[in-house]
Parts: sequence; structure tokens; C-alpha cells
Amino acid sequence: MKVSYFPGCTLKNKAKDLDMYAYKSAEVLGITLEEIENWQCCGGVFTTAKNEIATKLSSVRALKEAYAKEQSLVTVCSACHNVIKQTNYAMQNDKDFSDTVNRYMAEDGGYFGETEVYHYLEMLRDLVGFDKLKEKVVNPLAGKKIAAYYGCLLLRPSGVMKMDDPENPTIMENFIKALGAEPVIYAQRNECCGGYVSVESPELAKKNSNAVVRNAKAQGAEMIITACPLCKYNLVKNGADIPVVYFTELLAEALGVKEDTNE
Amino acid sequence: MQRVGVFVCWCGSNIAGTVDVQAVSEALKSEPGVVFSANYQYMCSQAGQDMIKEAVKEHNLTGIVVCSCSPRMHEATFRKTAAAAGINPYMVEIANIREQCSWVHKDIATGTEKAIILGKAAIAKVNLNTPLTPGESPVTKRALVIGGGIAGIQTALDIADAGFPVDIVETKPTIGGKMAQLDKTFPTLDCAACILTPKMVDVAQNEKIRIFSYSEVSEIKGFVGNFDVTIKKNARYVKEDICTGCGACVEKCPMKKVPNEFNLGMDNRSAIYIPFAQAVPKVATIDPNACNMLKNGKCGLCARVCTAGAIDYTQKDEYINEKYGAIVVATGFNPISMDKFDEFAYNQSKDVITSLEFERLTNAAGPTAGHLERPSDGKSPKTIVFVQCVGSRCDACAEKGKEYCSKICCMYTAKHAMLTRDKYPDTEVYVFYIDVRTPGKNFDEFYRRAVEEYGVKYVKGMVGKVTPEGDKLKVQASDLIANKQLHIDADLVVLAAAIEPDKSARPLATMLTASMDTNDFFTEAHPKLRPVESPTAGVFLSGACQGPKDIPETVSQAGAAASKVIGLLAKDKLTGNPCVAHSNELMCNGCSSCEKVCAYGAITYENKEFRMPDRTTKIRRVAVVNPAVCQGCGACTVACPSGAMDLNGFASNQIMAEVDAICK
Repeated sequence: MKVSYFPGCTLKNKAKDLDMYAYKSAEVLGITLEEIENWQCCGGVFTTAKNEIATKLSSVRALKEAYAKEQSLVTVCSACHNVIKQTNYAMQNDKDFSDTVNRYMAEDGGYFGETEVYHYLEMLRDLVGFDKLKEKVVNPLAGKKIAAYYGCLLLRPSGVMKMDDPENPTIMENFIKALGAEPVIYAQRNECCGGYVSVESPELAKKNSNAVVRNAKAQGAEMIITACPLCKYNLVKNGADIPVVYFTELLAEALGVKEDTNE
Repeated sequence: MQRVGVFVCWCGSNIAGTVDVQAVSEALKSEPGVVFSANYQYMCSQAGQDMIKEAVKEHNLTGIVVCSCSPRMHEATFRKTAAAAGINPYMVEIANIREQCSWVHKDIATGTEKAIILGKAAIAKVNLNTPLTPGESPVTKRALVIGGGIAGIQTALDIADAGFPVDIVETKPTIGGKMAQLDKTFPTLDCAACILTPKMVDVAQNEKIRIFSYSEVSEIKGFVGNFDVTIKKNARYVKEDICTGCGACVEKCPMKKVPNEFNLGMDNRSAIYIPFAQAVPKVATIDPNACNMLKNGKCGLCARVCTAGAIDYTQKDEYINEKYGAIVVATGFNPISMDKFDEFAYNQSKDVITSLEFERLTNAAGPTAGHLERPSDGKSPKTIVFVQCVGSRCDACAEKGKEYCSKICCMYTAKHAMLTRDKYPDTEVYVFYIDVRTPGKNFDEFYRRAVEEYGVKYVKGMVGKVTPEGDKLKVQASDLIANKQLHIDADLVVLAAAIEPDKSARPLATMLTASMDTNDFFTEAHPKLRPVESPTAGVFLSGACQGPKDIPETVSQAGAAASKVIGLLAKDKLTGNPCVAHSNELMCNGCSSCEKVCAYGAITYENKEFRMPDRTTKIRRVAVVNPAVCQGCGACTVACPSGAMDLNGFASNQIMAEVDAICK
């Protein structure tokens, strides 16, 4: 199966791991990620600047390209996913918004949110299936207690993201189970790490990040996984004393392709 | 040919406002069979009914068509009028020109045209009507109450008080239900056990009442007045009639690590157990999943210490058949599971508990002998946070919670908060709420006392997250009135979990063919005017199986259900509905199609001897309808491939005549 893939700018710089493990693992699972040609930055922050149309155009371009190729669009970064999914939702449901965007992009023809957008985790759950993923695991991570950290962007706003229950999510826990490890349930797993205020109020960001790590450890976690570069940056910077890794790295390890990715 | 009278009702301006009633009665005058046609302001009034009676006498009418409101409203009224005038009541047809005509149309021309057409259809039908006589069936003068909580107990006591025998079927080893688990009751704060256990004793001592505890209803057949019920008495491995409830076996049982369901798993019981000291019947029960003797034949200690010789390891489930005239459903409620609400960390910390668990923690007969201690370390909590509406009024999360208000939580939370402040004044108590809903006699006064006299801190807003940290629970919440985030370090968090009907209700409804709403609450026959009757004749509703209810309301409804049952059992015979199916045996080929679609089990087959044209005889299998069981739904008439099945009062030729009249 081929799908369109939007990596996003962080994955080409700070978060290269997230990107390359995603590629390799998808191959093993029979899915080819075709990177959108000439993709541009997703535009950053949907929620705080909804009325700013220009920054949404790059998302719409990516969505349109996937649509032209009759493919679903897969993202990995929590922030890109949030922006692209919300933009797509607005194209479907907000006529003023879609009219304006379509006027801006007149020469390319109209687009009304037809593309299916999947986060990589949703791709694993809905297109591959966690059962099938389990079969493909060659290095089961047996006995490892892993805490899934959702952060704030992956699941919310839940009515738009439609990924999982925003208060009691299971998708990453089921992912961890499929890899043979033991998920750790802890209260702070869907709280914000403070990423958005890390420049303005580093103390607050530190407080939030520490609360997450402390709570995960108290419930017995040996490792935290995340899908968000900003979360990872914050948790690590603020002194996480257990490993914080991208979920794709763990996936590559379980699928036995981590080493050749590094070569 | 019938002699038909047509009576067009104005219903004040309800019909006359959008239907030209004069034009309707004029137009219908020339329909076949019509010998009289008139209109009147209120046909259902005494004067209107007298007008019908007069016309019957004067014009020698044999059929009546009333163009008025829905037959659900006044069909019975006009049938009585007909009977009083000497006409068979089933010679009356109603053309509904209100709900289905005047109320839905805006202009007089359309309304009038449709009213005329509906009138013509009714006339076409009444021309083919035949007089029908309802059958009679006897009434078994015994009632069945399913569920032995306060609802079932009160209903049974009231029925027995009127002199009718009653059986209570209860799945647990004792009656008493949820109320037996409660500590104090609002708004008067009398202890639940003090007012409930005397009633339980009354039940046990009442000669008219039999208790089938540790039992369930496994099959229900029959119909109002004549239910045929199979009760499964689960093996409790103790002879109920011999056991004295002395408790020696409980003491000696070596298997003491079984979670005690009466205390919601907060302490342990033995494998042979009596749920609580005032249990009725006070007899022991062996839990087959925990007893070593039953599992692998090793032990037998309880049999050795039992001086009465009541222990019987070979006891089998027993099935009892009994006939009943009426059935009362009193299956009650349960708090919903907190698994899907883990933002409150119920599964992450022992110190996050539900309100029912809180009841046991403060109950003198509970696991801590009434001392408020944290389940994790036994320390007394200094800060308690109560969270209301957990899973209630949850429209955004319907798949995990309930859309409705659970109704009882505001009051019991006020009670918990107040009692905590009363017994432990140095405890800080917060209550988070969406709205405080305390209608009811002396209820709002009660809640205000909690706030004003006892200093409970009520905060409008919801708790967003509970994070266990060390021996504290970090509570993150919003105060919507102050518009700020609150961070509270609590020692105990109490969740007012939404309540839902007991899981046994759904299969029971199927057995009873009684209807339920989407939340599995039993539906009443009419939300205002018939609140304790199920739409299924002979089935009555008592307590929380019909909707969330507190104790005062439950007891009122229990009494009301009992009075309806008494009214039914007081009758010697019941008049049936004559509009039932019948089979033309000459046309029936015995294919069983009708039997398969009959939801009421009203159709059976018999082999009958028929004379053939050549004077030989032949035995054929034909369908027979039991008119007492048939509900007249008509499913069989549609399923019958040979057209042998027909419905009295709604015969195929009558329906076709109506359609013809409409399509003409």
C-alpha cells in the first residue's frame, strides 16, 4: 500500500529519528510512505491563529497533492498532524474558510477536505492493525514498562481529531502491548508538557514537564514514548531521568530494523 | 348493508379551525350505507354522546363513524356510548381528523379534503365490520416481585397486606438491595438499616410472602392474569429450611480471602458466608468459586461444625414452576464502572473511591467499623474532594457515560459532605458540581445546611485530573465562578458515579416482552398518567428499574405498583381483546410461517380430520390461535402465504376497503 507522507520540518532537523524509523518500519509492515513533493512547513499553530489563512495554505497544498494521487495522507509529528487535521476539518465544515482558501489557490482547482488524514499511530491501528503488527515483531520488548505520553495536541480537540478518547486514550497503550511491552497507565499522560510557554515562562514549562515524568516514574515506568518533538525536547531539557524516545524508534527496534536504519 | 351514522367533531377549534366540519358531514352523507350525518362542537361531551345515542334510536343505526381525535384518546369512550345505545362496541370506527389532519395542515381546503377522505375510509371499513365479543380469562391470585430491594420489599408488603400471596425473587443471598449497604438516609439522616431491617423482618414473617433468594427468573410464559414462570433456585449448598444462621461455619471456614461484595471488595469474607448480620433469610451460602470442598473435594470443615446438619455439598440448582396473575419488576440499579473515567485515577489509587464505597466506609457495620479511614494506609483523610456527575449528564461522551441526570447524587453527596464535617470538623471538604439539583421535600434546606452550617466548600466546576503523588492525590480543577484553576492536595477523592439499570433488566424485558428505553430503563405505559405500569399488560414497575430514584420516591412508586396489582388480582375474570388472529383451517397448509413470527407464542398446531370431496377423510396439520395469548399484532396475517390467517376487526378485506376508499 502506498500513502502520501508529510514529515514536517522538525523531522528533518531536530527529530530525524522520528522520521527515519517511521520510514523503515512502514516498509516492514507493507506500507510505502511517499513523501509529498516540495512540502512546506505545516504553518505551525492552528489553534492560536485560526483566522490567519496564509499559514494554512501549505497544509492545504499537501492535502491536495495526496488527493490528486488518490492517497491517504500520513503524518507523524503531533503538531503537524494537529494542524493538517484541523485545516482539513475546516475545509470540510467551514464554508467561509474553504471559500477563501480556494480563492487564494484558484488556479489549482477547488478542494473541500476530501483527503483522509491519518496519524502514523492511526495508520498502525486502522490500516495495518495491531494484531498484524504483533505478528511482525521480531524483538518483543517483553518485560519493559513503558509509559505513553500523549501530550496535548495528539488527541484534542477530540471532535476534530477523532483519534481516541481524549481523557482515557488506549491507542498508544495498545501499540505498546503489540510490541510485547507493558504499558504504564498514569494520570499525567495527556497533560500539556508546557511546550508552548517554554520561551515565555521556562519555570512553568519545567513544572509541567517534571510533573509528567514524576508521575510516570511513580507508576513504574522505565521509559516514556511520545510522538511529539516538542514534548520530547521539553521533557529531556527539563531533566527527565528516564529515557524519552519517539514511538517510531521503539517500533523499529521491535521490528528489528533499528540497526540498519542507523547504518 | 349497514346503516351507518357519521358524527364529525369540531374539538372546539382544534379541528374546526383547519377543517370545514360542515362540509365534511355534508360530503360523507352520500357515502354507501350512510343514513345520518351530523357535526357537533364536542362529540366526547355528554351532549355529544347523547346525540349519538339519539341517532342510533331514531335511524336504527348498525354502525357508527366518529370523525374526531386519535382512537387512543376516545375510542373507548365512543365504544361505551355504542354499547349503551345497544350496538356492539366493535361497530364503531374512528377517523382521526385531528392529530393526523387538522393539527398538521395549515389551510382549510387541504384539511377539509383530507378529513373527507379519512371519513370515507372509515365508512368503507365499518360497512364490513362484524360484531365482536371479547373472551374472558381467569386471574391467578398471586403476584411475583422480581428484585428484593426496598422497591420489591415495599411492593410485596403492600400486596400481601391486601391478602394476596406474593413471591419475591432475589439474585443475591439476601433481600435488602442497595439500601442495606447505605449508612444514613437523606434528608432526615436516619440510619438506613434501622428503617430497612424491620421491613425485611416483616417480609420474612409475613405468611403471604415467600422469598426465593439466590434465585433468578429463567422463563416467563403466558399473559396478564395467567403468567407461567420458572424460577431457578441456585444451589447455595446449604439447606435453607434447616440452617439457623448461627454463623459457626463462617467462623471456621479456612478460606477467608474472598473479596466481600457487600463491602464492595474493601474487605474479605469466607467461602461460606452470610452477607451481613441482618440478612433475610439469615442462612449461609457457599461460594462455589471459592470453596475448596466444592472445587477439589478437600476440606468439609463447615459440614463438621454445623450442628444442624444443614450443609449439603451435593445440592443442585432447582427449578420451580409457579403461576402468577401479575408481575412487578423491581430490579434496581448499579453505579457504572469507573474504568472509562480514569482521569479521576480510580484504577490508579485506592484512595479514589465511589460514593457507594464511601457509604460502606462510614457505615458502622462496614470494613472500618464506621471510622473514616483511607483504604490505602488507614490514615484519616484531612482533605476530601467529592466529584459530582461522574458519567452523568455526559452528552459529549455518550459511549462511556450516561446522558441523563442520575438524580440522587446531589443529595447523597451533600449528606456525605455534611456528615464528614460533623464527625471530623477539622477535615476540609470540597464538592465540585455542574449544577446542584435538590428539589424534593426538605431537600434544598438540607443542601443549604451543608454549605451554611457545616462549611462544605461547594465549587461550581469540574475536576479535570487527579494525579496520585506520594500519599497525596493532586486534584486539578476549575472554579468557573472565580474563573481560575484550582490545585488541591487531597487525601481522598470520592466519585459520584452515574447509576444505570441492573444488567439483569435487559434479558428480563425480553422474557416479559416489556419495552425499555435506550438506557435500558423500563418504559412506563404513559409518562404522566400511567407511571407504574409497563405497556405490557400485567407487568408493573417499581423503583429505579424505571428511572433514577431516591428512597422516598421509590417507596411511593412501590406502593403505587402494589395498588395496581391489587386492583388486578381483585378481579375474578379479565376481559380480553377480541381483535385477535384466527386461522381458516380449510385454507391453512400447516407451514409454520405464522408460528415463527409470533412473538407471544400464541400459535400452536394440531392434527385435524377433514372430510374430502370424495367422502374420504384426511388428517391435516393446521394452526390454532390461543385468543387469550394473542395480542392482535397482525404479524401472522402478513406472514401466512395461503391467506388463512386473519385478524378480527382488522381483516384484510376491511383494510383493503379503506385503501380503496382513500385511493378512489
